[in-house]
Amino acid sequence: MSEQETMNEIKTVSAQETVTEPEAVSTQNTSAEPEKGNETERILKFQIFRYNPRKKGDKPRMVTYEITEAPGMTIFIALNEIREQQDPSIQFDFVCRAGICGSCAMVVNGSPTLACRTLTSKFPDGEIKLLPLPGFELIGDLSVNTGKFMRAMSERVESWIHDQDADKVNYDKLEERMDPDVAEQIYELERCVECGCCVSACATKRMRPDFLSAVGFIRLARYALDPRDKRSDEEFYEILGDDDGVFGCMTLLGCEDYCPKDLPHQTQIAYLRRKMLKVK
Amino acid sequence: MKVIYTDSLVIGGGLAGLRVAIASMQRGYDTIVLSLIPAKRSHSAAAQGGMQASLGACIKGEGDDEDVHFSDTVKGSDWGCDQDVARMFVNTSPKAIRQLSAWGVPWSRVRKGDREVVINGEKVTITEKDEAHGLITSRDFGGTKKWRTCFTSDGTGHTMLYAMDNKAIQMGIPVHERKEAVALIHEDGVCYGAVVRDLITGELIAYVAKTTTIATGGYGRLYSVSTNAVISEGIGNAIALETGIATLGNMEAVQFHPTAIVPVGILTTEGCRGDGGLLLDKDGYRFMPDYEPDKKELASRDVVARRMTEHMRKGKGVPSRYGDHLWLDITLLGRKHIEKNLREVKEICEYFLGIDPVNEYIPVRPTQHYSMGGIRTKATGESPTLKGLFSVGEAACWDMHGFNRLGGNSVAETVVAGMIVGEFVADYCAANPLNVSTSTIEHFIKLEEEKISTLLLREYGENPFELKAQMQKIMMDKVGIFRNGEDLTQAVEQLKILNQRARKIALRNRISSSNPELVEAIRVPKMIKLAQCVAYGALLRTESRGAHAREDYPQRNDRDWLKRTLTTWKDESSDLPEVFYEDLDVMKMEMPPGSRGYGVDNTIHHPDTEKRIKEIEEIKAAHPEADRYEMHDLLNPTPIPEKFKGKNERIGRGFK
Ligand SMILES: Cc1cc2nc3c(=O)[nH]c(=O)nc-3n(C[C@H](O)[C@H](O)[C@H](O)COP(=O)(O)OP(=O)(O)OC[C@H]3O[C@@H](n4cnc5c(N)ncnc54)[C@H](O)[C@@H]3O)c2cc1C
Ligand code: SF4
Ligand code: SF4
Ligand code: FES
Repeated sequence: MSEQETMNEIKTVSAQETVTEPEAVSTQNTSAEPEKGNETERILKFQIFRYNPRKKGDKPRMVTYEITEAPGMTIFIALNEIREQQDPSIQFDFVCRAGICGSCAMVVNGSPTLACRTLTSKFPDGEIKLLPLPGFELIGDLSVNTGKFMRAMSERVESWIHDQDADKVNYDKLEERMDPDVAEQIYELERCVECGCCVSACATKRMRPDFLSAVGFIRLARYALDPRDKRSDEEFYEILGDDDGVFGCMTLLGCEDYCPKDLPHQTQIAYLRRKMLKVK
Repeated sequence: MKVIYTDSLVIGGGLAGLRVAIASMQRGYDTIVLSLIPAKRSHSAAAQGGMQASLGACIKGEGDDEDVHFSDTVKGSDWGCDQDVARMFVNTSPKAIRQLSAWGVPWSRVRKGDREVVINGEKVTITEKDEAHGLITSRDFGGTKKWRTCFTSDGTGHTMLYAMDNKAIQMGIPVHERKEAVALIHEDGVCYGAVVRDLITGELIAYVAKTTTIATGGYGRLYSVSTNAVISEGIGNAIALETGIATLGNMEAVQFHPTAIVPVGILTTEGCRGDGGLLLDKDGYRFMPDYEPDKKELASRDVVARRMTEHMRKGKGVPSRYGDHLWLDITLLGRKHIEKNLREVKEICEYFLGIDPVNEYIPVRPTQHYSMGGIRTKATGESPTLKGLFSVGEAACWDMHGFNRLGGNSVAETVVAGMIVGEFVADYCAANPLNVSTSTIEHFIKLEEEKISTLLLREYGENPFELKAQMQKIMMDKVGIFRNGEDLTQAVEQLKILNQRARKIALRNRISSSNPELVEAIRVPKMIKLAQCVAYGALLRTESRGAHAREDYPQRNDRDWLKRTLTTWKDESSDLPEVFYEDLDVMKMEMPPGSRGYGVDNTIHHPDTEKRIKEIEEIKAAHPEADRYEMHDLLNPTPIPEKFKGKNERIGRGFK
C-alpha cells in the first residue's frame, strides 16, 4: 500500500468509525462511588477499537477483552495486562502513566480523557469502551499521532518568546525581574500537556480541518500575557484573526469540559477575541 | 538502504538532548534529534520539584554560592563524583537557569515581605527583602545547606522542557519522533551514528553523523516498581555497551526516592518535605528525628530511604495488601499552599489513591528513582574509548552525582551538561570530517535486519514480556536499597540464565511494522544485559557508598574503593560483562574525602586523604591574597568552555 493510500484510509477511519460525539455522551463526571470495601472480584469487559492500517486486509472493528479487576486498577494497567496476556499486537501510547505527559488521551466511554489516570472502578457496570482520539492521524488501534499535530501547531502560533535580544542576554548578570503574580498567571496557562482532548472535543475543528483549536488559543494567550514576548497585537492578529482562528470558534466549550488540566479556555478565548477585535 | 546524513545526531529529545541540539545548531551544524515519542512528552516533563542553582535571591538562600553548591554536591555523592565536573556544573548552573528564563520558563519569583512557611514541623514567618522582589526564588530540598532549588509552582520540568522544545522549534531543529536507535555504527574506534528503527513503519534507517550524542535518560524500568516513565529502559546505554568499546560507569549506583505512592510507584516530589511535610509511622509518630537529629526528613535521599526501610523492618510500617508502607503528612502545609505549589501531588493523590492530601496522609515507600550510572564520559561529554560518541543527561555518567544525586541536581545537570557538552560536540564537528565507508554502514544495518528477521521467523521460544517481568522482579528483590553478597550472587546467576533465554525469543504477532511485541523483543535482551551490569557491579563492590548500601560491608572504604566501576561487553556470546575500575585521584580533589555528617562515621580512609588535606592547607597559606575564584584555579582547574567562564552576579553581593 502506498503512503498516500494509507493516509486516505486513515482519514476515512478517523472520520467515520471512531468519532463518537463527545458532547452526546456525558459519562465524564460520573459520580459513581468507587466501590469501597468490596472484596469480590469483578470481571471487566473492555471493548477496544482495533485497526492496523499497515496490515493488508485489516478492517476497523471493535474487539472485546475480559480481565479480572484488581484494586486501584487504571486503564493503563488493564491495557498492559491485555497486551501481555491476551493480544500482544494491540497498540496504545503511555509514557509517564501519571497524568503528566499527555501521551495517553483516548475516548473512554464517550469522553476524551487521559487513560492512565482513569480508574476502572469509576465504571459501575464494568464495561469500558475505548476508541482512539478522533481528529488525529491514526497510527493503529488506540495510538494516534498527536505529536505531529502539536509540532505543527507550535510552528503555526510561533510558540516561543519573540525578542530580538533574547540571545544577547548576559547570563552572568541578574535575570530580568518578573512580578510574582504574572509568573504564576503564565504558568497557569502553560499547564497544557498537548494531550489533544480539546481538539477531539471541538465541533468546529470537525468542520474546519485547519481550525487552530483551543490548544493553540491557550498557547497564544500564554505568550500574549508574557512581558518577555514582544509581539504586538497586530502580529497576533496575523495568526489568530480569521475563521480558522478565534473568530471561527463557536464557544460550545467542548474544550473546557474535557481539558484534563482544567485550563480556563472560556475566559482565554474571550480575552483573545476582545484583543483581536481591538485590532480590527 | 535508507541513509540520512547530518553533522550532529542527538538520540533523545528530553532536556539534555534538546540542549545539545540547540548548541550544535547555534554553532552552525546540521542537527537531528531522534525520540521514541514527541519531545515534549519526554520524562523530563515529570520533574515537579525543581532545579538547583545558587542564585541566593530568596532570604533562605542568602549566602549561597557556587562553593556551597559544590560542597553539597560532593558530599551528596559520598565523594564518588568527579570534582572537575561538579565544579564546572555549579559554576554554570546559574547561567543555565537565567538563560531558560529568557527563553520563557515562568520561574516562581520572590515576593517581598512576610510569608509563612513550615520549617521542622512549625509555622514560622520569614521576610523577603524588597530588593529581591521579582527575582527567581527557591525552596528547600534534601541534602542542601541553603534553599537553592528553583521551581515553577509544581511544574518545573514541564515548563523547562516546553521552553527548551519551543526554542528548538524556533530554530527549526527537526525532531524525528517515534524512532528508536537500536545500534551504533562505528569503525576503527570512531562512532558514526546509529541504526534506527521507525516505530510506525518498522523500517530500518541509518543515521550517519560526525557526532552521536546519547541522551536517552535513565534505566529505572529494570525494576518492577519505579517512579520513571515506562520508556526509561536504558536502551541508549545498552547500545553503547553493545559496541564492546564504549564503557558504562557506576551502573550499580541506583537511587531510591523516599516518597513514591503505594502501590503504583508514582512520585510525590521531594518538594513535599522541602516545604515542610513529615514522615510518620503506623503510630502517627515522626521517626526521622530519632535517626537523623540534624537534617531529619531532609537528609540526603539515600539516607532517608534507608532509614525508612530500617524503621519498617522494626515493625513500624503500616501494613497493607501491597506490603508495608509509611505515611507522608503534608496536611500541615494547608490547602492554599498545596493547591498552588503541590497541585500535581494533589492530583496524583486524587486520581490514583482517591484521597485528598489536604486532609489525609499519603501512603509512601522508597522506590527506584534515578540512575547515577550511565555511559562513561570525559568532562567534555565524550566517551574516553569510542571517539565521536557523546552522552549527556541521566543516560551519562559524566559523573557529577557519584553514588547519590541530590534532588534538583538532575534537571540542572541536563541543561548545564547540555550547554557545556554541546560546545564540545560542535568543536568535534568542526575538527573532524565525516569519512565512514558505506560497507560499514551496510554491515550494521544488515546485523539488525538479521536479528529482526530471526525474531519474525522463529516458531517457538521465549515470551519477551515474561522475561522482562522476571528480570524486574530479580532486581527488585535482590538488588534493592539494602544489598548483600548472598542475594547479589543469586541475582547475578539468575540474570545469566535470563540472558541465555533471551536469545530465543519468539513472537506471537509476527509483523515487522508497528508491533509492540517486536519492540519488546528488541529491548528485553538489551535490558537484561544492563541489569547484569548493575547486579554484578553491586556484587563486586564490597563497601557501602551513597545509594549502594551493603549490609555485609557497611563501611565506606576509601582505601580500596575510591574508584569508579567501568563495564564493557566485548564478546556478544559471553554471559557476563567485564568489570574494571578507574581510581579517583585524591591528590587532585578540591574537597578531599570526609564525613557526610549522617549517623556514625566509620569510613576507612584513603592513605592520600591526609596528605591532600595538608597540601591544600599549604596552598592556601601560600596564597593569602587569592579570592575564591583564584583558589579554585589553584586547587582544581577545570576545562569550562570560554563562553561560560564568567562570574555570576548575586543580589547584595555583586560578582564576588
Ligand atoms: C517522577 C520524577 C520526578 C523528578 N523530579 C526531579 C526534580 O524535581 N528535580 C530534578 O533535578 N530531577 C528530577 N527528576 C530527574 C530528572 O527529571 C531526570 O533525570 C531528567 O529529566 C532526565 O532528562 P534526560 O534529558 O536525560 O532524559 P529524558 O527526559 O528521560 O529523555 C529521554 C529521551 O530519550 C528518548 N529515547 C530513549 N531511548 C531512545 C532510543 N533508543 N532511541 C531514540 N530515542 C530514545 C526519549 O524519547 C526521550 O525523548 C525526576 C525524575 C522523575 C522520574
Ligand atoms: S469553544 Fe471553540 S475551541 Fe472550544 S470546543 Fe468550542 S469551538 Fe472548539
Ligand atoms: S488545552 Fe487541555 S485538553 Fe487541550 S491539549 Fe492542552 S491539556 Fe489537553
Ligand atoms: S501516560 Fe502520561 S498522561 Fe497518561
